[in-house]
Amino acid sequence: MNKYLIYLNTKRCIGCHACEVHCKTNKRLPVGPILCEISHEPLKAVRGVPKTEYRFRSCYHCEDPYCVPVCPTGAMQKREDGIVFVDQERCIGCMACVGACPWAIPKHNPATNKVVKCDYCLDRVDAGLKPACVTRCTTHALKFVSLVEI
Amino acid sequence: MCTVRCPIRVETEGNEVTWIEGNSHLLGGALCAKGAAGTALLKDEERPLRPLIRKGGRGAGRWEEVSWYAALDYVADKLKKIIASHGPESIMLSCRGGPFVDLVKAFIHGLGSPNFTNHDSTCGRNVHHASLSLYGLGRKDFIYDIKNCKHLVLFGRNILASLRIAEANQVLDMLDAGGKLTYVDVRQTMTGIKANRFFQVRPGTDYALALGMIHEIIKEKGYDREFVDRHVADFDRLEEFVVPYSAEWAAKECGLRSERIKEFVAEVCAARPKVVFHPGWMLSRYRDSFYASRALHILNVLMGNIEVEGGQILPKGPGDCGIKGLRSFDAQIPKPTAKRADGVGWKYTHFDKGPGLFHLFYETMVTEDPYPVKGLICVRHDPFTCFPDPAAQKEALDKCDLLVSVDTHYSEFGWYADVILPESTYLERDSIIATQKGVKPRFIVRRKAVETEHDTKGLCEIIKQLADRMGIGHYFPYNTMEELWAWQLEPTGHRIEDFDAKGFVPLTDTPIMYDRDKLEGKFKTPSGKIEIISDTLSKAGLDSLKPYQSPEEPPKGQFRLVFGRSPIHAHGHTINNPLLHELMPENTLWINKRQAARLGVEEGDWMDVIGCGCTGVIKAHVTEFIHPEVVYMVHGFGRQVPLQTRAYHAGVGDQKLMRGLLQEMDPAGGGLCLCECFVSVRRSSKNPKRRVEL
Repeated sequence: MNKYLIYLNTKRCIGCHACEVHCKTNKRLPVGPILCEISHEPLKAVRGVPKTEYRFRSCYHCEDPYCVPVCPTGAMQKREDGIVFVDQERCIGCMACVGACPWAIPKHNPATNKVVKCDYCLDRVDAGLKPACVTRCTTHALKFVSLVEI
Repeated sequence: MCTVRCPIRVETEGNEVTWIEGNSHLLGGALCAKGAAGTALLKDEERPLRPLIRKGGRGAGRWEEVSWYAALDYVADKLKKIIASHGPESIMLSCRGGPFVDLVKAFIHGLGSPNFTNHDSTCGRNVHHASLSLYGLGRKDFIYDIKNCKHLVLFGRNILASLRIAEANQVLDMLDAGGKLTYVDVRQTMTGIKANRFFQVRPGTDYALALGMIHEIIKEKGYDREFVDRHVADFDRLEEFVVPYSAEWAAKECGLRSERIKEFVAEVCAARPKVVFHPGWMLSRYRDSFYASRALHILNVLMGNIEVEGGQILPKGPGDCGIKGLRSFDAQIPKPTAKRADGVGWKYTHFDKGPGLFHLFYETMVTEDPYPVKGLICVRHDPFTCFPDPAAQKEALDKCDLLVSVDTHYSEFGWYADVILPESTYLERDSIIATQKGVKPRFIVRRKAVETEHDTKGLCEIIKQLADRMGIGHYFPYNTMEELWAWQLEPTGHRIEDFDAKGFVPLTDTPIMYDRDKLEGKFKTPSGKIEIISDTLSKAGLDSLKPYQSPEEPPKGQFRLVFGRSPIHAHGHTINNPLLHELMPENTLWINKRQAARLGVEEGDWMDVIGCGCTGVIKAHVTEFIHPEVVYMVHGFGRQVPLQTRAYHAGVGDQKLMRGLLQEMDPAGGGLCLCECFVSVRRSSKNPKRRVEL
């Protein structure tokens, strides 16, 4: 069962897209791959005030991910705690995982010619820290939550 | 990176930046996209990396790379020649402003010129002068305690997009705690979508709405009578003045329903004194923006919100904490005796002499009255992006013998200048120490995280080396940053090591508030009271309470051009940053849905925007939540520096369409009227339906 989730408090999100840059700079990604995305619906008037809500999407870290079995080298893996990640050593950049993912979430990194995706910044998580996007969110709207079975 | 200068903490490995985050003591790690993209700025080679001297004509883009010795010798030599023929006052220096200006101010004053200026006549001058005329205190002499207020009222202050991290969090904390937000604008914005109430007004009618609110508050006796009786002079003149400006009148003028204004007034009167009417930040917009801001300041007075939690608080400094302030470079220099070239202080007696008004120097360059201005040094300031009508600016600048740009990137002005002195980026340079006044004042400093890998220098070193060449090096008694900091800190008893723990030095642990019953003497007006009628304005032949005049409607087929900010970019100087460009490569033209339908324009279509003699091509963003009289774009785009391959001609620069507005100044506030620009728009023929090429 997945242990973690990134949750967006939409009341605090101001659509500044900083999380996208925090993610990229932490993973030292060049222009091209964007691993988490902020988006919103067009504005709609609600009681006289045009409103919209923001959404955050990185990777769903599926319970039974399509990207893992399709990987020919075993680079794409799912950890015990649910985090789906790419072992950069083993990845050959064949992009099979991109085709298998219903949302095409894994991205091609032109700097390494390999696949890169959201792994909740697992090196940080293992060090007891939070993912880069959560740690530096401009308005503390993103939360990294541990799920508890009830 | 950005002119807000939110405090950051940087981690490095070797000489590589690996992590940038907001200062944990002040921002809890929070950082915006601009702050995070600093790593891309470091790696970006599309910025000046060594000193450049112009080879071809101005703006031709032909440069000779030279050593710092050669560049500084060249600048010093030219400055000396100008001083020898026209006197030191014919040199002016403009700086982008902010907390670290003491050094550059000292440099220009040290040369013997009074002509220090900045960008503020396209920003907060109207707000500042309105504040001075009422309280005798400037706009920075108040802190808005947004976090603790019950109702925040913003007139076009898009506070969540014109991003200052601490302030944005305060707004959201206030909303989380059940506070109310009322937002007034000609279009819906990021801030407006968080609001409880949105007044979409006709452009240029902010003053009318504020007058209607004042009328209604006084009529309903909803104001703080005790505060007004005690601290306000000539209140009866205000009561008399607002009689014609009823809520019904304002509603009609602004295009609102009067019941909504009345509901609003009842709400704020019940919540006072914890109500903040933001008096505006960048309010160089309409012909009456000074009076609109003054009316907003008056609304705060009616709320009696001064020196109360959740209201406007007077900032405290080192003196309030029982310690001596920093030693100032500028304060030790004898005041230059010449009168200012922009006329501020002698021709315009109602303006604050501080930085004066940049745009008025252009007039002086042309007329040479009271004397010629022949040299301009711009420190991290790009007048061609900041002020309207670059073509008119160039005409004036062609009278100058020396234009110097000290900057981290190619500014449009820099591209036209004679010399570019490349400054190290904010991650590679140290700054002087500054005082940040507040409820909890502190000393702040910027310390470099990495060494520059190029031939750039920090400003402190550039100024020192130039000062030595100009024979005024003794005003800058330092050779290293350690010596500079020690000199500044000497009276305070602190040492630079004290900054290690938090990145700043707190001067108090507990917030300092003045006794609200003893506010007498805090207002620096001639009467010591809050003055509804300002003598300074009267002496200059100006109204303190100006009768309202309805704004011009756009000529048939035209739109009023308004502009604003995005949280992604800091004006013009981040457009070429690879990571920020990826997020927002160009701006769009917002247009009302009905108007777009009339023009046959759909979302994403190319549109021609035609000003007076200038044209731009830009993609349309069609929305019903913008007033039909206006079109809107984010400021800073349409850059024309060919070496910035990403930003070059991406989007449109609003200021380039503002032909003829360079000297359109609000006579009372000194701010330019940047929203008094009308443009024609049409669906561009750049939207082909078929292909005629092979």
